[in-house]
Amino acid sequence: MLTTLRRQAGTGLAVLIVFTVLCGVVYPLVVWGVSRLPGLSATAEGQGSVPVVAVDPVAADPAADPYFHTRPSVASLPASGGSNKAQDSTDLLATLDERRAAIAQREGVAPAAVPADAVAASASGLDPDIGPDYAALQTARVARVTGLPVGRVEQLVADATDGRILGFLGEPAVNVPELNAAIAAAASSR
Amino acid sequence: MNDTLAGLLQVAALLVLLAACYAPLGDYMAKVFTTERHWRVETLLYRVARVDPSSGQRWPVYAAGVLGFSFVSIVLLYLLQRLQPVLPASFDRGSVGPATAFNTAISFVTNTNWQSYVPEQTLGNTVQMAGLTVQNVLSAAVGIAVAVALIRGIVASNTDRIGNFWVDLTRAVVRIMLPFAFVAAVLLLVMGVTMSLRSGVDVGGTTFPLAPTASQEAVKQLGTNGGGIFNANSAHPFENPTALSNLFEIFLLLVVPVSLTRTFGTMVGNRRQGSVLLTVMAGLWAIMLTVAWLAETHPNGAAGIAAGAMEGKETRFGVPSSILFGVSTTGTSTGAVNSLHDSYSGGAGGVTLLNMLLGEVAPGGVGAGLYGLLVLAIIAVFLAGLMVGRTPEYLGKKLGRREVTAAAVSILVMPAVVLVGAGLAIALPGTLDALNNDGAHGFSEVLYAYASAANNNGSAFAGITVTSDFFQSTLGIAMLLGRFVPILAILALAGSLAQQRRTEAGAGTLATDKPLFGVLVAGTVVLVAALTFFPALALGPIAEALA
Repeated sequence: MLTTLRRQAGTGLAVLIVFTVLCGVVYPLVVWGVSRLPGLSATAEGQGSVPVVAVDPVAADPAADPYFHTRPSVASLPASGGSNKAQDSTDLLATLDERRAAIAQREGVAPAAVPADAVAASASGLDPDIGPDYAALQTARVARVTGLPVGRVEQLVADATDGRILGFLGEPAVNVPELNAAIAAAASSR
Repeated sequence: MNDTLAGLLQVAALLVLLAACYAPLGDYMAKVFTTERHWRVETLLYRVARVDPSSGQRWPVYAAGVLGFSFVSIVLLYLLQRLQPVLPASFDRGSVGPATAFNTAISFVTNTNWQSYVPEQTLGNTVQMAGLTVQNVLSAAVGIAVAVALIRGIVASNTDRIGNFWVDLTRAVVRIMLPFAFVAAVLLLVMGVTMSLRSGVDVGGTTFPLAPTASQEAVKQLGTNGGGIFNANSAHPFENPTALSNLFEIFLLLVVPVSLTRTFGTMVGNRRQGSVLLTVMAGLWAIMLTVAWLAETHPNGAAGIAAGAMEGKETRFGVPSSILFGVSTTGTSTGAVNSLHDSYSGGAGGVTLLNMLLGEVAPGGVGAGLYGLLVLAIIAVFLAGLMVGRTPEYLGKKLGRREVTAAAVSILVMPAVVLVGAGLAIALPGTLDALNNDGAHGFSEVLYAYASAANNNGSAFAGITVTSDFFQSTLGIAMLLGRFVPILAILALAGSLAQQRRTEAGAGTLATDKPLFGVLVAGTVVLVAALTFFPALALGPIAEALA
């Protein structure tokens, strides 16, 4: 039995070396080659789905910020990750309340008006999107600080909003990096 | 569109995609493992490795092939991690510590892909590609090979040969995993998944790590592996940028395990035998999905309500796409995540845990799901035989002492490892410090860890800190036992079935291609899990859901 095992392991080593070249060098490099095609290379290099560094809503300076905020992140950036807190966690509940109060103060609304996704940390810590309700909540502040008309900001929010793909996949989402770039451009061209 | 309707349409789209692939892929795989023809690249490999592809192996030799191959794979993967500083494109990420390297080597070779490290800060391109991507392909191929050997044992008559492991492995890699993974990788690129050989991309002064993602992501899902190239796994925008890529990734992790039931039906010459198993898998999956979805849309914890269940979920996925992924990834042995299972409600988190504790047969891992369910089908036939007092038969083979013993060993090892492992961990004083949550949920974190390891799933209630030598080593051992003891038992079963002559079905033979048998098998799956795990589940997720 031991001889058989040793002989099979020897065969295994030869097979493993061949497959390491085939699956570990040739295969990924061919896929990489495909990713160099125009139209694919930008997203392949992380340009298309750029994550944004989320600002801690509790620590952020509320008054002067002219931009839309993302959801909170608890990742050790630039690595990704989330809180892993349970839904019955008292720690998490306290954190959520603190964030809700800070966001309500920043936007000048009642805490109850703050949507859930604004206070809940994402899984990746790099979520580039916010829900349409959270974008709407921030529109008045962004308009006030940048001096842009509210209607103009609302228009830019609508431009940065993606509905469900094919009408049913995923959730409607506002891409914050895209939106903030548009806000910056609009504000500087005034 | 209303949220529920959109979610249901997404499930329908997934089912349509799977249904479209079921027959062609299943029959293609059956042909791959029955044809006499070798491809030229395969012949070349056989010559290099000095394998005689025409010679069949007895089951102990086949098993020695699986064990020997897995052993050298673990050693190579361990060495690659330890020697990372001298490997090219490692980006100064240093040598991986011995405990982590041990755990990770076992984890990827056993198709578990449990990760106790932060990949984007720990591993460079060489270990990712030549180490992890390779095992993503090979561990899946080994699973398929073992399932095929079992089918051959059922089909064969009066022989001691169950096929040739090297031929089965090679064909699974060259004809199934690699070509389909390539197509999937290209589609993922089109959907916006990253693929870079650079160390990172600068965004506003912060350098975010990049990786050769698409090639690994494709095979991570297709081979029900699940090890993320990033810490956040399929929640990371670089791995899973849109709701479309998300649906495609769910499809990829289901398509091979589901289609293998067709392969089974085709190879045994009665497709309804495969359909019955498929119905069991699909039924269990549908029940799990329904319960998890209801639980997650009605959170009962105060923090869950305050966060609208969005803690640990991505905006672009929301609750329905997260739950669909979570139920599918734990029902297969994938363990990839697009949301944090630790932050699911008691009910939904409990479903992901229970999905693994059922033995991962809804629909299970690549190969492992099919052989897992076949073993449970054999137990079901045996139970039915006991009830009517007849010698049980399955597909023309009598199930005697040897066959039922092998099936029982294969089934019992996982619960034993999970309960002993979790019990031991809970009894140790240091474990409390490793937990991220208190009370029932903290207990669930430990139970989930051992369930995930012993079932070779790899997902986690990831708040638990598993970097201590105790967790690294015991979870590593749990993965080894959970993978290889059932494989040995199943190959022994295959050998013993192959030796029998096929007998014709008589008037009293239980019809195993009828819906009634499906009910019996599903009942057996639930009964085995309920009897072994109810007390443990009551202390964890059930307590949390009822609180």
